Amino acid sequence: MADELTFSDEIANLLHASHGNPLNTCIQCGTCSGTCPSAPFMKHSPRRIIAMINADMKEDVVNSNTYWFCASCFHCTVRCPREIDIAELMYALKRYSMWNQQYQEDLIGPTFSETFVKTIFGSGRSYEPVLATSYLFSFGVPEFIQEAQTATTLMLKGRLPVLPARIKGLKNFRRMLGRIIPIGGLE
Amino acid sequence: MKKYAYFPGCSLEKMALSYHVSTMETTSRLGVELQELEDWNCCGATAYFHIDELLAYTLSARNLALAEKENLDLVAPCAACYKNSYFTNEYLKEDPDLAEHINFALEEDNLKFSGNISVHHLIEIFVNDIGFEEIKSKVTNPLEGLKVAAYYGCQILRPKKEHLTVEEPVFFEELMKSIGATPIDFAERLRCCSAALIITNRHAALSMVRNILHNAISSGADIIATACPMCQVNLECYQKQVNQEFGTDYSIPVLYFTQLVGLALGISPKQLRIGSELVSTTPALSFAKRGSPNP
Repeated sequence: MADELTFSDEIANLLHASHGNPLNTCIQCGTCSGTCPSAPFMKHSPRRIIAMINADMKEDVVNSNTYWFCASCFHCTVRCPREIDIAELMYALKRYSMWNQQYQEDLIGPTFSETFVKTIFGSGRSYEPVLATSYLFSFGVPEFIQEAQTATTLMLKGRLPVLPARIKGLKNFRRMLGRIIPIGGLE
Repeated sequence: MKKYAYFPGCSLEKMALSYHVSTMETTSRLGVELQELEDWNCCGATAYFHIDELLAYTLSARNLALAEKENLDLVAPCAACYKNSYFTNEYLKEDPDLAEHINFALEEDNLKFSGNISVHHLIEIFVNDIGFEEIKSKVTNPLEGLKVAAYYGCQILRPKKEHLTVEEPVFFEELMKSIGATPIDFAERLRCCSAALIITNRHAALSMVRNILHNAISSGADIIATACPMCQVNLECYQKQVNQEFGTDYSIPVLYFTQLVGLALGISPKQLRIGSELVSTTPALSFAKRGSPNP
């Protein structure tokens, strides 16, 4: 009988440059949760999400907001006594949820990341005004007004681009990325 | 004169133009030539890792291959550009299969990654290549009495790079001392500015920014110094939102370390684009206006 892949193995396979399943070596010490600046805002702390992955609680993990609160500060990663790259795990969980198109509904993160990736596909460089469309409309009125005020001040100080930047070798650039992933789906 | 391939990154084109301008002004006076990488592309920030790792490595590998073509080591002033370029370089060097895969994509752009250059953050050039003694010897306007919160943030140090200590770094404070300023003891110096969470998770992000501002101000800082465009924008441009959200009254200027070094070298505030901030630097820098050595 072939061994079935556990959810933990499935996620561990998405971690670059790791051998075996590092998640199984977690001792639940909680250093990650104590270090994480976002932990107070997460549905499940990083320590808990690792325990849930190892306990095969796939649905709860996929529907958690935890990894969308990761700011990529890598503080957990450098402190983990078992050297688990926890920030990389958060990336893996984001990818898993993006690929399966399954994530908690009220999150801005997935749309923002997708818009960012498409913007770079389109021009090779990032452009704030296009990125803003991915989140501005999900803001409440007070936040929308605050954001508009900040943007206006930045514009007056000459800190917002009027025209999008574009690389010169765009055609080759897009063919290059097309060798990694079929661009059709992202255009 | 030591020469590098300079990868400014998207933020430095406009949002952090003052970082770019002050980088060019200071490095040229300190004997380092930065040659802008021809037709560089976005590093992919964190977003590309949310979709596909190989795409993220390909973006950074293109910039690395462009620098290799010039036979120059790469320098990035942005912490995210630096982290992505640094680790792509390391991973591709140690994993020939990965390098082969990425090189297959680079062929479309007539480029090839060979792994024969190194990647540095801009602040490392000041600390290691130029050195504190050389900087000290060129200071004409020491920033005496200016209490600086030297804010490292995250990705310059983390994840761990072989040549840097992650928990007790001192190089930023030492750099501030070399220009005559007084670095303050500042516990939040290695904590996260919240990065893109300022857009995607606003409340959590403002709370993280508040902690850093609070700690810097209560530790007696006149000004925060940064080495990353994202940290600068989050800590400075969102102070108003933090004050509205938490009923606080924070007002502390945030400048790039290159702007402070520039002032100490006697470069005028205007040439360093000081004045494009949302929080005025005037009270903190009033002494620097004299533009001459302290009596």
